[in-house]
Amino acid sequence: MTLTEQTTERPEVRSVRRLTRPDPASRGRGGQRFLLVGLVLASSYSLFPVWWLVVAATKDRTALYQSNGLWFSGWHLWENLQQVFTYQDGIFLRWTANSFLYAGVGSLGGTLIALATGYGLARFDFPGRNAIFACVVGSFLIPIALLTLPLYLLFSAIGMVDTPWAMLIPCLINPFSVYLAKVYTEATIPYELLEAARIDGAGELRIFFSIVLRMMTTGGATVFLLAFVNTWNAFFLPLTVLRGKENWTLNLGLYNWTGTRLESGIDLTGLVLTGALLSIVPMAIMMVAMRRYWRTGVTLGALK
Amino acid sequence: MIRSMRWKGAAFTVPFQLGFVFLYLLPIGYAVYESLFTEKQSGLGLGGATTEFVGLDNYTQGLTDSAFMSSILRVVLFACVQIPMMLLISLLLALFLDALTSRVASRFRIVLLVPYMIPGVVAAIVWVNLYSPDVGPLTAIGKSLGLDWNFFAPSMVWPAIGNLLTWHGIGYNMVIIYSALQGVPRELFEAARLDGASELRIARSIKIPFVRGALVLTGLLSIIQMLQIFNEPALFRNITPQTVSDSFTPIMIIYNQAFNAGNYNYAAALSVLLALILGVASFLFYRLTSKEAD
Repeated sequence: MTLTEQTTERPEVRSVRRLTRPDPASRGRGGQRFLLVGLVLASSYSLFPVWWLVVAATKDRTALYQSNGLWFSGWHLWENLQQVFTYQDGIFLRWTANSFLYAGVGSLGGTLIALATGYGLARFDFPGRNAIFACVVGSFLIPIALLTLPLYLLFSAIGMVDTPWAMLIPCLINPFSVYLAKVYTEATIPYELLEAARIDGAGELRIFFSIVLRMMTTGGATVFLLAFVNTWNAFFLPLTVLRGKENWTLNLGLYNWTGTRLESGIDLTGLVLTGALLSIVPMAIMMVAMRRYWRTGVTLGALK
Repeated sequence: MIRSMRWKGAAFTVPFQLGFVFLYLLPIGYAVYESLFTEKQSGLGLGGATTEFVGLDNYTQGLTDSAFMSSILRVVLFACVQIPMMLLISLLLALFLDALTSRVASRFRIVLLVPYMIPGVVAAIVWVNLYSPDVGPLTAIGKSLGLDWNFFAPSMVWPAIGNLLTWHGIGYNMVIIYSALQGVPRELFEAARLDGASELRIARSIKIPFVRGALVLTGLLSIIQMLQIFNEPALFRNITPQTVSDSFTPIMIIYNQAFNAGNYNYAAALSVLLALILGVASFLFYRLTSKEAD
């Protein structure tokens, strides 16, 4: 009743307001302009470091130090790339492959485990369910140092330090992924559907693999994407559990190159910058390709 | 029937449970255990080390360790400045976006999120070089404005890192606040406008109170991150070791105790202490902010 009243009244009141205000149209436009100016300023703050990085990657050493940082000066991108990929016998390629291995395989396994756990927590009632969920949420508060240091000791006790396993195994268990998977299951898998499948005689495993997983493609993609980004960006864990250069991630390699300058007096700045740009490329591609998914993931992160 | 179903459901969570025990509970238990011991060198260190049970000695040492305590104080003070500033900018941007048409807003939203998708280490590399007096443009820009700033000077380290964190974080926080804003019923704005409220007044009295929950959450996440800050100062240290000491932040101290000093027991005690402080800080922040909301 009130709703209909409002809708019939609204246009009238609006026109009255328009008459009483001196110049509402231009005032609105002025406000809009103010917002746009603010956002353009914020956007340039966001983008200029990336722009600078792109420009820097195209310069040779003299131009890097002497030309205006925000504009091109000479085109040496190909030489720089060649240098990045050949320096120290092409170790950069190895680091890239490692990053892809850890982030790819680790996140895939982690996502599968998280989806199963989320489904179990969301659609079954069993003793200990609340305790598991409490562990999931509680672990968001555990500092990385508290986990990583003893994990290093445990891994070294079983001889896994400095092997890819030391990076891969921790990726398999990701409480935040479990949390997301539970939320997604609650939103997408109705109880009725599971009941119907059971009445048709499908086993629980079959229901999970052929119905639940299929319906969770979108949620699963988000969980995978966020886990991938997390692992790709990880720094403290690889720094702690990986010792030899050949198992390093891109982040670790680049970090090492920034420090090399002090140890040996070789200036690797150009190399580091080109490498840094390269390490963003896969992230950018994934983010753009999966824009729809990760935005929901980011906002869901707000619920935790 | 129902009984067996329960266990089938529990079975789906078994891989996670096993992993959680191995990767979370066991390490935490191990850290607590290790923190109660200490390694003592016998004689001149030639006879090898023996491990001795010392109870809570490592903890009392940690609580009176001025380097550790001042690193925590340093990070907390910094958090009190950087987090409100970052959240204020994020809130403003979210309000700006909310006042635009959704098509224009989505363009800006993507642009503002660009820094968020850059790995922390790479972001630090980029900014360290931007700050650098040799390669970065900022020193030259400062000079042309008549400012003689040196970002690697000790007094500038925190502003420099603060700017880096703000740059990295505003997009993410803005998106969370913005999506909370989208949940405000639009009729409220209409009603307020009819009552003659200005857009500013609407933002202050309707929009901001409505996104309080999102602000509390982004604040909490930022505090958790800040107490554990490591990547950025570590990278600054890599470039200017004279301005960023190796005991700059709590995690840096823990890392050094464990891997440079080889003092795992003490490092374990410090990590437990940090976890406790983190828990208390989160709890206090949550209580304070949710009480205000009542």
